Amino acid sequence: MTRISLKVDGASCSDDVEPRMLLVHYLRERLGKTGTVIGCDTSNCGACTVHLDGKSVKSCNVLAVQADGHEVTTIEGLAQDGELHPVQKAFHDCHALQCGFCTPGMIMQSVDLLNENANPSEEEIRLGLEGNLCRCTGYHNIVKAVQAAASEGAGASA
Amino acid sequence: MTVTEDRPARREIGNARKRKEDQRLITGRTKWTDNIQLTGMLHLAMVRSPFAHAKITHIDTSEAKAATNVVTVITGADVAEEQGGLPTAWAITTDQKTPVHPSIAVDRVAFAGEIVAVVVARSAAEARDAAELVDVDYEELPAVLDLKEAATDSALTHPDLGTNKSAFWQFDSANAGTGSAVDEAIAEARESGVVIEREYRQQRLIPAFMEPRSFVADPTGEQLTLWSSTQIPHIVRFFLAVVLGIPESKIRVIAPDVGGGFGGKLQFTPEEIITVLAARRTGKPCKYTETRSESLMSGHHGRDQWQKLTLAAKSDGTVTGLKVDLMADLGAYAGVVGGGVPILGAFMFNAIYKFPAYQFNCTNYYTNKTWVDAYRGAGRPEATFAIERMMTELADELGVDQLEIREKNWIKHEEFPFTSVCGLEYDSGNYEEATAKAKEMFGYDELLAEQRRRRESKDPVQLGIGVSTFTEMCGLAPSRVLGSLNYGAGGWEHAAVRMLPTGKVEVVTGVSPHGQGHETAWSQIIADRLGVPFEDVEVLHGDTQISHKGMDTYGSRSLVVGGEAVVKAADKVIEKARPIAAHLLEASVDDLEFKEGRFGVKGTDKGMGIAEVALASFTAHNLPDGVEPGLDSDATFDPSTFSFPHGTHLCAVEIDTETGGVKMRKYVAVDDVGNIVNPLIVAGQVHGGLVQGIAQALWEEAVYDDAGTLVSASFVDYLVPTAADTISFDTDHTTSPATSNSLGTKGVGEAGAIASTPAVVNAVVDALRPFGVKDVRMPCTPERIWKAIHDRGAGGDEPTENAAMPHFDEADVADRTDGASA
Repeated sequence: MTRISLKVDGASCSDDVEPRMLLVHYLRERLGKTGTVIGCDTSNCGACTVHLDGKSVKSCNVLAVQADGHEVTTIEGLAQDGELHPVQKAFHDCHALQCGFCTPGMIMQSVDLLNENANPSEEEIRLGLEGNLCRCTGYHNIVKAVQAAASEGAGASA
Repeated sequence: MTVTEDRPARREIGNARKRKEDQRLITGRTKWTDNIQLTGMLHLAMVRSPFAHAKITHIDTSEAKAATNVVTVITGADVAEEQGGLPTAWAITTDQKTPVHPSIAVDRVAFAGEIVAVVVARSAAEARDAAELVDVDYEELPAVLDLKEAATDSALTHPDLGTNKSAFWQFDSANAGTGSAVDEAIAEARESGVVIEREYRQQRLIPAFMEPRSFVADPTGEQLTLWSSTQIPHIVRFFLAVVLGIPESKIRVIAPDVGGGFGGKLQFTPEEIITVLAARRTGKPCKYTETRSESLMSGHHGRDQWQKLTLAAKSDGTVTGLKVDLMADLGAYAGVVGGGVPILGAFMFNAIYKFPAYQFNCTNYYTNKTWVDAYRGAGRPEATFAIERMMTELADELGVDQLEIREKNWIKHEEFPFTSVCGLEYDSGNYEEATAKAKEMFGYDELLAEQRRRRESKDPVQLGIGVSTFTEMCGLAPSRVLGSLNYGAGGWEHAAVRMLPTGKVEVVTGVSPHGQGHETAWSQIIADRLGVPFEDVEVLHGDTQISHKGMDTYGSRSLVVGGEAVVKAADKVIEKARPIAAHLLEASVDDLEFKEGRFGVKGTDKGMGIAEVALASFTAHNLPDGVEPGLDSDATFDPSTFSFPHGTHLCAVEIDTETGGVKMRKYVAVDDVGNIVNPLIVAGQVHGGLVQGIAQALWEEAVYDDAGTLVSASFVDYLVPTAADTISFDTDHTTSPATSNSLGTKGVGEAGAIASTPAVVNAVVDALRPFGVKDVRMPCTPERIWKAIHDRGAGGDEPTENAAMPHFDEADVADRTDGASA
């Protein structure tokens, strides 16, 4: 067991974890952050995407011990003071989700994408979301949502 | 003033309402089954067979049982007496051969991935660690891995059955009295017309819903509760009772938030039974959540057919007959719908065309591979693919435009209602209008001109234009039709509307959404019907204790069947409220009219709202004599027929003839799904369906190696498309309201997936016509396309037309040699 201390969605936590424990399992099983989900076992689907120190990572591909001393933001920590993040709002407005299982990862990746590039082209959006799979929407409305969020200045404000 | 402004302000149907479901999903406050943690909960890990077909000679569980925090290890032998066999709801013939399907294999495994032992431990990680320690000895048996070889019975999937053949099923229009004899039509066409003969492959696909399946069984308390990531909680409850001998009244099944299904969660699974068995044995809540690899390997697959087709036409292109001969792979076992999947396509190969003669033959076989069952469209994508490819081949044979040959043969809009050669009555449609709209949006003539230029200049990048003018039958299903097809259940749907004393409305629906937006759409229906605010409607579903009966969600049925039940229940609420309102208003019942949520006395300004009546009915202080308190009402709707959405899809692809690479240039879909309750949701359903259908055409295939191991058992190898693979679509609608339900709606859940596959393959083949190519087998990978170009007409890894030949008479082959080998 290894002692880790980190900040998750603004709250400090400290736990003993097995060195092999994945960050996503730590978030879900130890912290109850079940907003972040697991969709595959090969780091392909991106459903578990969170931010580590403000940059997107697939939390199935990070060990909990690697997050020691760092700051993690999950989908549950994205809205501030009851206000949805512009990307969350854009996903709702553009019907960019159906079953919603990929949505937490897709939103976290979209936020990261806009942080990197506040005004992406459609192609840049599509390439930027390539690591996140969605089986419901055909991506059409997800792309529209990211465009809508960009035009609302989501990249600049985040 | 416009017409729109004159409408009642609260008109909800047709309004692009943003979804009620979204808030919890975009903030992570979801209830997926895998989120559930119960006190003392134990976790399961499965030990699965690495062999496609083998005897289990010995299982040693001692080391696993001794591992840290392992509670027990269960083998098939341990539960042989109590586990029963997994059922199929649809034996397509009374003499169908159906193998026994134990949840945990007892002495033999029939596919790689079948469960042979189950480890129960205090944590999921410990269970999985211990699963590695279960020692199973196998004695390999000859495995049946190829569908055509299965037909020869050279090896047997289930030796006890004595054959791999499950059943043969035929529809013949002459026998049914709905059309003439197909063989005569073909013979005549051989003499004086055109005969097109092809064999097409429907590759094996995997539904690949994003949420892996998860089950939690809680045996504490009086009732057994099973949370399941399922499309069909009601059917699961029924089957649990039947298979395990538990009184149905002692079982509660809950489908909480469910992350997609596409038919893949229309199944009653070994893992569900096993989770219940483990909970029963340990007396503790038990959870099993599959890994993605387990999901791809053991959740049922879709499609997997060989289709032999003979189309007869006059020399002017008028179609005269269609003969279909299918071989369908069921995999190792017959699932819930199982052998019935290809039969769902039986009445759709004739599609929108006026074939006077039609015959459909289907033989189902077992192989030592993962079971095959419903996947988005189930039977109808296969039918649509075949006929839409054939109509394009007919056009090519005659040297006419793909749309022109279709228009010559399709049902004209003034001919509705039209009884098809299968005896189905298509209630409404307008193929001319949808096609005209699609052509305009697509820029059809301009793209044809560009294609000509590229062909003439021998541009290394060729343009292909693909067409699909599809219809489908959905809204499953009229119970009497299901009965006539030997299906084990009805196709009705149930709804209840509860008027709460505070004026809020609860709608209980028997369908079970997993992404379709029923909470939003049902609220819109009720808001209009009862005149209550959209926000005041709460839609309840997916828990058999709340929604005690229903037939669940699949087959594009929820709105056209379940939505109509909601309408009927709401109407009953109004009729219950009417005498109470009349009594309170001191008016005659006949003088009341109900409009926009209010009972008004005709010719006066007196009236009261439905919420006031609900409160009065709740207090029951002043009700008419003999009237029961309460307005709550139930209704069940059993449709009299199917719904027949249709549409015209046009696709343009660019093919780099030097690399075989395909780039989608444009995709237009004009769908007619009748009246639309929520255009936002409908567009979303179309987009998602399109990509699944396009993925069948271009990318996805479940591939097995020679040993029967699924090679594409992770998302590394099973190519679910990404945002970077796909394009934005141009979608629109025409509206021919259905006459089979009062809302005028037709199903939309499967339309995109049904229509798009042939549009894409037609486009790919169209681009390659100058190279003499007549087919490319799906998925149309760059390798197959490159080979098709360079092998002059070869359809990928082998020439599909040559493969077709042995299935037809010698004379047939001789007859068609000229036309087919061009």
